[in-house]
Amino acid sequence: MFMIEKAVVGSRRYWTWIGVLFAIIVVGFLCYVWEHEVGLGITGLSRDLVWGLYIAQFVFFVGVAASAVVVVLPYYLHDWKAFGKIVILGEFLAVTAVAMAGLFILANLGMPTRVLNVILYPSPSSLIFWDLVVLNGYLLLNALITLVVLSAERKGVPPPGWIKFVIIFSIPWAISIHTVTAFLFSGLPGRSFWLSGLLAPRFLASAFASGPAFLILLTLVLRRLVGFDPGREAIRRLSLIITYTMTINVFFLLVELFTIFYGQIPEHMEHFQFLFVGLKGHAPLATLMWISVILAVISLVLLLTPRFRENEKLLPMTCTMVFLSLWIDKGLAIVVGGFMPSPLGHVTSYAPTWPEISVTLAIWAFGFLAITVFYKIALSVSETLTE
Amino acid sequence: MSIDRRTFLGTAGLTALAVAGPAALARLASGSQAGAAGATRWAMVIDLRKCLKDQGCTDCMAACDKAHNVPQIPTRAHEVKWIWKEPFEGAFPGQTTPYTEEVFKGQPVLVLCNHCDNPPCVRVCPTKATWKRPDGITMMDWHRCIGCKYCIVACPYGARSFNFFDPRKYIKALNPDFPTRSLGVVEKCNFCEERLAVGKLPACVEACREKALVFGNLQDPKSEVRELVRTRFTIRRKPELGTDPRIYYLV
Repeated sequence: MFMIEKAVVGSRRYWTWIGVLFAIIVVGFLCYVWEHEVGLGITGLSRDLVWGLYIAQFVFFVGVAASAVVVVLPYYLHDWKAFGKIVILGEFLAVTAVAMAGLFILANLGMPTRVLNVILYPSPSSLIFWDLVVLNGYLLLNALITLVVLSAERKGVPPPGWIKFVIIFSIPWAISIHTVTAFLFSGLPGRSFWLSGLLAPRFLASAFASGPAFLILLTLVLRRLVGFDPGREAIRRLSLIITYTMTINVFFLLVELFTIFYGQIPEHMEHFQFLFVGLKGHAPLATLMWISVILAVISLVLLLTPRFRENEKLLPMTCTMVFLSLWIDKGLAIVVGGFMPSPLGHVTSYAPTWPEISVTLAIWAFGFLAITVFYKIALSVSETLTE
Repeated sequence: MSIDRRTFLGTAGLTALAVAGPAALARLASGSQAGAAGATRWAMVIDLRKCLKDQGCTDCMAACDKAHNVPQIPTRAHEVKWIWKEPFEGAFPGQTTPYTEEVFKGQPVLVLCNHCDNPPCVRVCPTKATWKRPDGITMMDWHRCIGCKYCIVACPYGARSFNFFDPRKYIKALNPDFPTRSLGVVEKCNFCEERLAVGKLPACVEACREKALVFGNLQDPKSEVRELVRTRFTIRRKPELGTDPRIYYLV
C-alpha cells in the first residue's frame, strides 16, 4: 500500500537518522503539550506580538511548498527533460512543506481542539478560510500527482494522460497558496509594514529562490549518500532560476525601501528601523537582519557570476547562503517586523523561548522524516527499475 | 430538530426579558435589540478634560474589571485589558508636536474597544466568533474562538487581549453573574451588553464620578451623545483607516 514497504528497509545509518528525528519530535511534542497545559505564555509571544516564530515558519514553508512550481512548470509546460529526475522530488518537498505549514498553524492556536470550527462555521470574509482551502487543495493535488506518477513508474508504464491536466492545474494553484498567505497580512488597515501590494510578489520571489536552493542542497546530499544523480544539467538550470528569482526578490525589497524612505511616513519607516537598527532601545533582530543582507549580497555575486555559479564546489555554499538569508527575512523578520511598534506605539523585544524553539525543531524533524521516507520510496522505485 | 446555540440564547434572552417585566421592556423599546436594525447605534463620548481632573482615578477600570471578571495578570506582556489608560501620543499617534499643549502631552487617555462600524477584526475572524450586532456592538463568543489571534493582528487599536495563561487564577473577586474565560481565547470590551440588556448603563459610565463618560444611542437625535457630537469638536482614533470608530473624544 502506497509503497510504504520501501521505507522500512534500510541501512544502519538510515535507521540512526530516523531515530534522531523521532527523538526531536518526541521532545517537541512534550513541549507542545506543556504549551497547551500552561498556555502560550511560555513562548516568547506577548500582547504586542501575538504571532512570532510559528507563523513566520508557516509563511516560509508555504513558500517552499509553492516553489515546487519552479521544477513542475519547466518540465511539464516547456518539456525541460533535464528536470525529469528531480520533478518528483520537488513535488514531495511540496507535500511535506504544506504539512509542516499546517503544523505550525496548530502550534500557534490557543484552542487547537476547536480548529474544526473553521469548517463548521465557514467565513469567506476571512483569509484564513481561503488559506485552508488552497493549502488543503494543494496538498491533495500534489499527493495525488506523486502517487499516480510513482505508481506508473514502478509498473514501468507511462503515467495516465489525465494526470497531466491535474499537474497543469497545480501550477496556478501553487501561485495561489502563497498569494493567499500574503493576503493574510497585506489587507490589514492598521499594519503598515504589510499593507503593500508588493507583499505577495515579494513572497513569491523569495519562495522561488529559497525553495529551489533547498532542493539543490537536498539532491546534492542524496548524491553523496546514495549516489542519486539528478544530472549536471538539472542543477545548472535550477541555479540559473535561483539567480533570476533571488535578483527579483532583492529588487522588490529595494523598491519597497525606496517607497517607504523617500515617502518618509514615520509609521511606515519605523518597522524597518526596528528590524535593522532597533527602536526605543529594542533591536532583537538587528544582528540577524544584517547577516541576512550580507548573505544575500554575497550569494547574489556568486550567482550572477557564471564562473562561480557553475562551480559545483561553490554551489552548496551559495545555496545555503540564499536559504539562510531568506529564512531570516521571511521565516522570522517579515512577521515580527509588522508588530513593532504596536498600534499603540509600544516596542517590546521578542526572542523565542526554548519550548517554542523545541516545538519548531520538532516540526522541522517531522519534515525531514517525511522527506526521508518519501525520497527513500522514490529512489527505491527508480533503483529497482535500473536493476 | 436542531437548534443552534445562538438561537437558543436569543430565545432564552427574550424569555428572561418577558420574565423581567414590562419595565425592562419599555426601557429597551427606546433602543437596543427590540428596535429595528439601525434604530440603535450605541456610542460613547469621553471628555478628556474631565477625565484628567483626577489622574489617579481608576474607578471606571476597576468597575469594568469587577463586572467582567477581567484577570489581573502581573506581567505586562500577558495582560488582559478591556478599558485602560494609554499616553495621549499612543492613543492618537501623529497628533502631538513639540509644541503641543502640555495638558495633553503624555497624559493618560482612556482606551477601549471602539466598536467600529467597519471592524477589521470581524472581517478576519475565521469562525465568526466575533461579529457585529445590529445595535453596533462588536461581540465575541468565547466558546467558539479558536485562539488564532488574527483579530488581535487586525485590530488597529490594540483593543483585544489573548489569554496567555489560565485567567481564572488571576480574578480578584469573582462575579458569579458574568462568565469567566478560558486559557487560549481572545477577549475585549463588550460595551456591557449584559447590562444594556437589563436597561443599565455600562459599568465604566456608571462608575465615573466626573461624568466624563457619556453613553447613548447615536441614532436618537435627542440623545446626549448625539448632542455632544453635533455641537462640540470631537476626535476619534485613527479615523483615516475607515473603521468608523464609535468612541468619540472631547479634547
